[in-house]
Amino acid sequence: MATDTATKTTQHSVGDYLRKNIREYGLLVALVVIMVFFQVVTNGVLFRPVNITNLVLQNSFIVIMALGMLLIIVAGHIDLSVGSIVAFIGGISAIMLVKWNMPAIIVVPLSILIGAAMGAAQGYWVAYQKIPSFIVTLAGMLVFRGMTYVALGGRPVGPFPKEFQILSTGFVPDFLSLTDPATSLIKNYVALIAVLLLVGYAIYAGLRERRMNVLHETENEPFTFFVIQMAVTGVVAIFLGFQLSTYRGLPNVLVIMGVLIALYTFVTTRTTIGRRIYAMGGNEKAAKLSGINTERLTFYTFVNMGALAALAGMIIAARLNSATPKAGVGSELDVIAACFIGGASASGGVGKITGAVIGAFIMGVMNNGMSIMGIGIDYQQLIKGLVLLAAVFFDVYNKNKG
Amino acid sequence: MSKTLLEMRGITKTFPGVKALDNVNLKVREGEIHALVGENGAGKSTLMKVLSGVYPAGSYEGEIHFDGEVRRFSTISDSEHLGIIIIHQELALVPLLSIAENIFLGNEVASNGVIDWKKTFRRTQELLDKVGLKEPPGTLITDIGVGKQQLVEIAKALSKKVRLLILDEPTASLNEKDSDALLKLLMEFRSQGMTSIIISHKLNEIKKVADQITILRDGGTVETLDCHNEDISEDRIIKGMVGREMEDRYPPREPKIGETLLEVKNWNVFHQQHRDRQFLHDVSFTVRAGEVVGIAGLMGAGRTETAMSLFGKSWGHKITGEVFMRGKPVDVSTIPKAVEAGFAYVTEDRKQLGLVLIDNIMHNTTLANLKGVSRATVIDSHQEAKVASGYRSQLRIRSHSIYQEAVNLSGGNQQKVVLSKWLFTNPEVLILDEPTRGIDVGAKFEIYSIINQLAAEGKGILMISSEMPELLGTCDRIYVMNEGRIVAELSKAEASQESIMRAIMRSGEKH
Repeated sequence: MATDTATKTTQHSVGDYLRKNIREYGLLVALVVIMVFFQVVTNGVLFRPVNITNLVLQNSFIVIMALGMLLIIVAGHIDLSVGSIVAFIGGISAIMLVKWNMPAIIVVPLSILIGAAMGAAQGYWVAYQKIPSFIVTLAGMLVFRGMTYVALGGRPVGPFPKEFQILSTGFVPDFLSLTDPATSLIKNYVALIAVLLLVGYAIYAGLRERRMNVLHETENEPFTFFVIQMAVTGVVAIFLGFQLSTYRGLPNVLVIMGVLIALYTFVTTRTTIGRRIYAMGGNEKAAKLSGINTERLTFYTFVNMGALAALAGMIIAARLNSATPKAGVGSELDVIAACFIGGASASGGVGKITGAVIGAFIMGVMNNGMSIMGIGIDYQQLIKGLVLLAAVFFDVYNKNKG
Repeated sequence: MSKTLLEMRGITKTFPGVKALDNVNLKVREGEIHALVGENGAGKSTLMKVLSGVYPAGSYEGEIHFDGEVRRFSTISDSEHLGIIIIHQELALVPLLSIAENIFLGNEVASNGVIDWKKTFRRTQELLDKVGLKEPPGTLITDIGVGKQQLVEIAKALSKKVRLLILDEPTASLNEKDSDALLKLLMEFRSQGMTSIIISHKLNEIKKVADQITILRDGGTVETLDCHNEDISEDRIIKGMVGREMEDRYPPREPKIGETLLEVKNWNVFHQQHRDRQFLHDVSFTVRAGEVVGIAGLMGAGRTETAMSLFGKSWGHKITGEVFMRGKPVDVSTIPKAVEAGFAYVTEDRKQLGLVLIDNIMHNTTLANLKGVSRATVIDSHQEAKVASGYRSQLRIRSHSIYQEAVNLSGGNQQKVVLSKWLFTNPEVLILDEPTRGIDVGAKFEIYSIINQLAAEGKGILMISSEMPELLGTCDRIYVMNEGRIVAELSKAEASQESIMRAIMRSGEKH
């Protein structure tokens, strides 16, 4: 068996490529369309610097939890307890900060560890005792919510010390100060420059990847698509960066969120752990027979989810400057919806971080836009539900047709 | 000459990019058993889907004549209404319902929505008598074996007004005894005037029962052979299927056998579910470098269980015994340790246990050895693509690229992907469990060639197979298993179908 011919790179037509990747591009197009729609119907309020900042602050916790939830869903499970973990961690961190006067620098990592332990407590039953995750996390949802009421005694705790609040309401300071912020349009150059650098790097990295692919004879997406995608995301990013720079700059949570998105995208697409999670969700028995410790992997996806939910819990508490036992009620459903809108499959093995993030932003922009328009929470729920159904129908329709 | 019951004329069915059927003709006479054969992907299943209305009229070209009239089926119930009933390879029974409930599922004996259980059970009993199944109608499907389930499916077909019974690979998962019984039943139905179409890979069975054989190849009709006019040999059928004379079904090999690689001593295993029942008793065997060793035995003899319990204790519990690799004891208590020790296990159930079907060839190839394509847990995608395309060309996996999803491959190519996965772990001993199950003649030959090549490279091959000719054709030495014990060890010279069966029968008498 010595013949080793190089694989021929199959050239697909643009139409073929579009059909195959319609979900991904469709999602991006949907987000842009929704953004433009609300920009128009709100008479430009949506993209005002202050509103963009609000959008980020309000939705970051959903995005952060969606990163962990995507892994859970890809692994073939579900986690209904994240909303309750959010509340419990918010409460417990408030107690540590306000009642016990512990410094934020200790409270933040400690709370994340507690969240991880809560995830572990559920992961144990799912992974090692083979109890369906729906049931385990439904129990967790009730238990943790109950624990929150017990810990807080049913009353909100706050306000928080400054150094904890900056977690969510702080901004990256403008250490450049190129012009006088009082007179100039641009008040925070760091934001603008950071975004420009990021867009520049993305284009550079994309081109380098394409060159490497050609070198190794692996498939590239058609160049037109690459250009369109880069142009659209680049223009949107620069526009948003510019808007932010005319206000107070980059919110801290945006930076945290950006770093986490990059990290989880890397883990899911480039590392062995990510690959194993997809394989396990695609066929658990085959993965196990291939030497993958599926129990441990499942366990750690829940630990990870708990840690991310803890971070989200602190971000909400810091933003509201108070921990309430009702924090995060129903947020697990928004998080799960974001993943499914983003193309994750309920039967596991399929889904992307970028999809879940865009899904979360679609939900976020709709929430925000409808609120600006003065649409009541009743109709907002109704419309969000229909959008979720439409997105999943689009998936199923495509699959059946292909 | 009896009249024609079914005629399919010039059937052409196109899927985006593929012509699955190209001007296919099929003519079935009333009261005969008509066999439909062809390699995987030849279009047999597609043709049956056209016939049954899964692909509605209008989505294909050509005409279907049934009972002398042109028929246009737009749903399955249209064809069932005329008595065309298909029993699929994957049985469509509900495991936790009883035999009676399954037989009348969707067709309940009821008045105003209330089921008449008395009548249901009585009619079930009549049907079970017809197919010769001795089980009470209230038995749950999950409690009876595959062979009996197949009979339930047939009883279910008989509960409807059946004119043409179509069986898709009815004996694929049956042992010899159950297969024989099923074929006898078919012949009995024929004597009562029923018409049936049987799709099968098992040519000896077809030879036994078929009146006519239609051969499909690459989506077209090759020929229809009449078994009454001439004596059709298996080689004659194979020639039609592959389009050339298959001189030898097993590629030749010069065995170069070296030192003992694997030695298993006194392997005892208890049953996975029935935990106090010992399933394997003092199983001991050896595999030498460059040797192909077979394990023969009937269904349930403990062959797969031996392999899986050795491979990281994937089956059974209370496992005791010793395993030596090149004379040194090795730990095989987990799958990673077994792989580390040089084992690879290619499962008999590639769809459920072997592949991540929704993932592509490349990802499936590297799954068991991700370390081999990564540095500090980061996967080098170019290295990975190189590895996957290497195996793709080496094993001749037919696909448009390494990015094709495993689910879209034919059985033979799927099997090659599973093989690639385990070859990439660089094993010393490969355990191949039914490596050619459900794959066509051409692909089988390729798999045997790969086995020969691996043996020539000095690897030890342990091959489990239910097809005795295959074991006889490929193995240097054959162990015979029965009821959890190794009951005989036969050299190539001693081994024959008779000697294997004799060993099984004799061991059965002893207990």
